[in-house]
Amino acid sequence: MKLYNLLSEKKSAILNRWYDAVLDTYPSDTSGFLKGQKNPFLNPVGSTIFQGIENLFEELLYEKNPHSPPHPPLTQGGQERGKGGMGGLSGERASLFLDNIIRIRAVQEFTPSRSIVFILLLKNAIREELKNELVERQLLEELLFFESKIDDMALLSFDIYMKCREKLYELKVNELRRLTFGRLQKADRIDKQENDLKSNNNEALERKEVNK
Amino acid sequence: MSKTPKADELSKIDYMPPKSGWMDTPVEFKQGFWCYGSKAKSLETVGFPNPRQWSPADEDWKLPENWQEIVLKGFKERLDKYRSFKVFMDICVRCGACADKCHFFIGSGDPKNMPVLRAELLRSVYRGNFTKAGKILGKLAGARELTYPVLKEWWYYFFQCTECRRCSVFCPYGIDTAEITMMARELLNLLGLNTDWISGPAANCYMKGNHLGLEPHAITGNIEYMLDDIESITGIRIKPTFNRKGAEILFVVPSGDLFADPGTYTTMGELMLFHELGLDYTWSTYASEGGNFGFFTSNEMAKRLNSKIYAEAKRLGVKWIIGGECGHMWRVLHQYMDTWNGPADFLEAPKSPITGTVFENAKSTKMVHIAEFTADLIRHGKLKLDPRRNDHLKVTFHDSCNTSRGMGILEEPRYIIKNVCSHFYEMDENTIREKTFCCGSGSGLNASENIELRMRGGLPRANAVKDVVEKYGVNMLANICAIDRAALPPLMDYWVPGVGVTGVHELVANALVMKGEKERTTNLRGEPLPGVVETREERRKREDRRKEVGRRRKREEG
Amino acid sequence: MNALLSLVAVIVLILIAFIGIKVASLHFLFGVVIPYAAIATFLIGVIYRVVKWGRTPVPFRIPTTCGQQKSLPWIKQSKLDNPSSTSGVIGRMLLEVFLFRSLFSNTKFELKEGPKIAYGSTKWLWLGGLAFHWSFFVVLVRHVRLFTEPVPSFLHSIEVLDGFLQVGALGVLISGVVLLLAVTYLFLRRVFIPEVRYISLAADYFPLFLIMSVALSGILMRYFLRVDLVSIKELTMGLASFSVAVSLEKISVIFYIHLFLVSALFAYIPFSKIMHMGGVFLSPTRNLANNSRMERHINPWNYPVKVHTYEEYEDDFREIMKDAGIPVEKE
Repeated sequence: MKLYNLLSEKKSAILNRWYDAVLDTYPSDTSGFLKGQKNPFLNPVGSTIFQGIENLFEELLYEKNPHSPPHPPLTQGGQERGKGGMGGLSGERASLFLDNIIRIRAVQEFTPSRSIVFILLLKNAIREELKNELVERQLLEELLFFESKIDDMALLSFDIYMKCREKLYELKVNELRRLTFGRLQKADRIDKQENDLKSNNNEALERKEVNK
Repeated sequence: MSKTPKADELSKIDYMPPKSGWMDTPVEFKQGFWCYGSKAKSLETVGFPNPRQWSPADEDWKLPENWQEIVLKGFKERLDKYRSFKVFMDICVRCGACADKCHFFIGSGDPKNMPVLRAELLRSVYRGNFTKAGKILGKLAGARELTYPVLKEWWYYFFQCTECRRCSVFCPYGIDTAEITMMARELLNLLGLNTDWISGPAANCYMKGNHLGLEPHAITGNIEYMLDDIESITGIRIKPTFNRKGAEILFVVPSGDLFADPGTYTTMGELMLFHELGLDYTWSTYASEGGNFGFFTSNEMAKRLNSKIYAEAKRLGVKWIIGGECGHMWRVLHQYMDTWNGPADFLEAPKSPITGTVFENAKSTKMVHIAEFTADLIRHGKLKLDPRRNDHLKVTFHDSCNTSRGMGILEEPRYIIKNVCSHFYEMDENTIREKTFCCGSGSGLNASENIELRMRGGLPRANAVKDVVEKYGVNMLANICAIDRAALPPLMDYWVPGVGVTGVHELVANALVMKGEKERTTNLRGEPLPGVVETREERRKREDRRKEVGRRRKREEG
Repeated sequence: MNALLSLVAVIVLILIAFIGIKVASLHFLFGVVIPYAAIATFLIGVIYRVVKWGRTPVPFRIPTTCGQQKSLPWIKQSKLDNPSSTSGVIGRMLLEVFLFRSLFSNTKFELKEGPKIAYGSTKWLWLGGLAFHWSFFVVLVRHVRLFTEPVPSFLHSIEVLDGFLQVGALGVLISGVVLLLAVTYLFLRRVFIPEVRYISLAADYFPLFLIMSVALSGILMRYFLRVDLVSIKELTMGLASFSVAVSLEKISVIFYIHLFLVSALFAYIPFSKIMHMGGVFLSPTRNLANNSRMERHINPWNYPVKVHTYEEYEDDFREIMKDAGIPVEKE
């Protein structure tokens, strides 16, 4: 597992490359803000992406690595968990990390392909960062294996992207339905309990004394 | 949508070349980020110019021949009428302090969502037409012509601002983009350019008294439903009155709370509270809207809609007015109403009949926020409360933009929540109080067709909620705004599923121990109270009731 | 591009002064006429702008509230951030004008592990802005010594404070150095922070370059190219008393360059964003008390509007209202 060791070693350099590549999918005038502002509350997009890609990278390293300790428990709650079953990937954890990023990109002005391209940008980041080592140490086979796991994640991303978009349409439909229902409701005469209401005004005058 | 990229462009993303300057980058209307255009009928109802059938997606917006002249004349007129507008056009130094304060910029990264640039869209035209430097130096002085693309850019971006004023907090000169957006929208309205989601409710409110266009019987009918529910939960039949002369207090709420969950639960809470107090108050079907979509149209339209509140108070001969939980409604009531439609010399300084407290802070306008009213009651020990009934809730509070930055009602709702709930947690300090983040749907942007815009605009808010969900297990987001109650549920559903949304008075009513009530087994939503084990019988009843309501509604629909 | 054009403009200004003195020997023009013209433009222009702002009505009371309102007596009001009285407003304005409080308010940020070093945060903007404005002010005040005889004593104390740093034999005045550094910082952040670069206009770079060149020429004059201080003081005293009687040729060209740049700056102020110094006092979101429910604010141009009256409403819905049990005016 030479490649894995190498990847662990160069983790922060690769992540930096990857992060920059992802942020470069945003307008250049704003990528500075996304990179610069470190407070996660004031920059949810940048911090989610950075956290997300770091987690994804770790996830990829854990897989099929005999030296890996067991998974730490998931700390992020409240998310819909994806189902496992991706080839060699723990779908659940990967889904969660991917979801955080894709959910954001699904409401930004990206085409579907651009929304999920960020995962593939990791390939470039690794190839560029490890350009020399890959040749010198003959890591091609391992690299291909690792890259196929990235491809798996890309497929998973597609599912998640669709889920996010479906959710948006669902929200739209719900709102429209609520509106239509209201319009119908107000168009109808409500006959019920008219008589009750008629007497209310008189009764209130009496109640006033009691309660004041 | 941008055009389909070629296959090899997908994985290879170059540094975007330095784009053309913002002045030369024409606006591209992207699906999901703009609202449908106003309908001719809505504009005709209120006598607005240029009613016609049009769509913002059309090339031709069917404008009058001399549209530039109309806009520039309107521009000049407003520069002479509003010091805020004049000063804000002149003094920006483009320091960039506001740049990353806008929730739309944070969520989108679109540079034209930076408050400074949003304002520059207008300022550039101001310089080109009304300043010496701009006329002589042109683009060098940051000036440009008012062209068709510029007009479209205005429309696109001034309906991407929720007038939340967050940028104004951080600006060293207090430049308020809300003011600038309001002026821009006024100018657009001179050409009949509004959104359907704003001009529709404004027209409804003008003719029928409320945004939703609920006619008198629909208002009483909706409240009857609530009374039925209250009765089955508490065993108490409440009998509110409508348009009753001689009542002491007129009560005005945002009409959204009469109409859709979870706002209706807030209204139920208010009904229960006032009943328990034996308050001598009345609803009005004429002044049945506290909110004001005219405010998102023009100052004049806002005044026309707002006039009903004082007019109705005068007609009914009440002494003072209580206003329900709503955001922009309170911006209008607090900062505008008295100036527009006052003086309310036919009313008396508000005095709580229960505690005797005189609300000095409302002695001129004579309108009290219900949170002020209720906080005073709790402070004086006038309510019997059982916060344990809210023990299943872990609550956080979202300050609404308008009530925090256009009024400053921060402690009152918190005081109430802490008295009616046992578990309260604040969100990160950068995202509450005067620094609160908008729900992303304010100022008339809560349409459905712009859901992507709303979701990304609400991301900073949702992100802070997510944090307290992970840290403390928060499951309920409380607020004092009807637009929040409409906009936050989908926002939560998308970003942080599992978090509910509630008005403060729903929490109050759930904790309120009423005289003569039966033992409560459910909250206002019909969910079992904590610690209550629902018997099979009760569960059946609850489900029956739900079915009955469903049937009733279906009957009405059919 | 905008920056480059502005730089060129400032260089042209310097060349004009240089050629005007060295080649054309227009000492009187550059030493007397232009300064007078510039000051006149400045005074008239600034007064015109401020009066124009001041005469524009404030129709609504729209303070941006940044803290708890005054409501119930037991709830603590935030008197500076949400003032309800004139004294509170004055306090808020003072903090704003002297300490840039709003800019400071966004300094809270936590450093989280990230892959990159943070760009200039807003705290730097606050510090840079504060350093720039205060040093500019001190430098300006120091120049009063050129227009007064005898020099008022407070100027001496300022100079003692300002000059506590002794570099070699020279008494280096901190203010000038700080001014130059601060203005350079303000320029650099415009160039290097992408969002700020995106919004910057030529009108933003030009005053920065102008002030930078004013400071540089001043520093050159003071520490490096010794000038005839006596003649300069004679000239400035003469300008102040409207009776210039000094042989202007004795003063070196660097002084004329400095003077011309200062003149350009003063004349430019009324037409530019530098007017923000006056605007901050007139900003309705900052200079009004949040007491709109306590005292009625009057809009001078308030006019009657067309409304939909209750009577019209009842006419529309009378039968419906009666059916629903709602009282009506006319049966």
